[in-house]
Amino acid sequence: MADFDDELDASGLNCPLPILRAKKALGGMDAGKVLHIIATDPGSVKDFEAFATQTGNELLESKEEGGKFHFLIKKS
Amino acid sequence: MGEKKLAIIATKGSLDWAYPPFILASTAAALGYETEIFFTFYGLQLLRKKLTLEVTPLGNPGMPMPMGMDKWFPVLGTTLPGMQAMMTSMMKAKMAKKGVASIEELRDLCQEAEVRLVACQMTVDLFDMNTSEFIDGVEYGGAATFFEFAGDSDICLYI
Repeated sequence: MADFDDELDASGLNCPLPILRAKKALGGMDAGKVLHIIATDPGSVKDFEAFATQTGNELLESKEEGGKFHFLIKKS
Repeated sequence: MGEKKLAIIATKGSLDWAYPPFILASTAAALGYETEIFFTFYGLQLLRKKLTLEVTPLGNPGMPMPMGMDKWFPVLGTTLPGMQAMMTSMMKAKMAKKGVASIEELRDLCQEAEVRLVACQMTVDLFDMNTSEFIDGVEYGGAATFFEFAGDSDICLYI
């Protein structure tokens, strides 16, 4: 997994909490910084794609590893 | 591109039906939508500081129940005293176990994200509701107030 600046563990949380927590975390970060999100909700894979498309924050990476979903989002 | 707008009318006052308006409003706000929820009739229950929302299988054959009870347990049995409270606590326990947010949490997130919460003045008066029991930050208005926002909305939902 590439480098990141901040991390958010949303394991165990269900829709829409991972998105809402990610939005909040990104709100406290500077443009260009990267947030690493860990989630267990399978719905979050599609949701983070949709979140990135609609908010303009770039989804750099999305993968499943060790039964968890990992996302890297770059703040726009 | 200007900010998109979402207008929701929340009309139901049960625990299960409290979810759609708050989930959609909080998510829309996170996606950059300007969002308003207009609470009318039983939806006003969702504005109480102390929420006492419940679920009931009555009149709702689609509600899954533990041990497949929705298939074999007599409907009349679900009318017994205490059944609704029991169903509600089972539903809440299941939601907590699955990591589903509480209504209080989603409502707080909506307020943090500046979702406008508007209570229908007519139904507040109709039911003699004590607005001091409502959370802070609620606005009051009527149908025309709703259309002022909804008329320019991109999405409008009646829940």
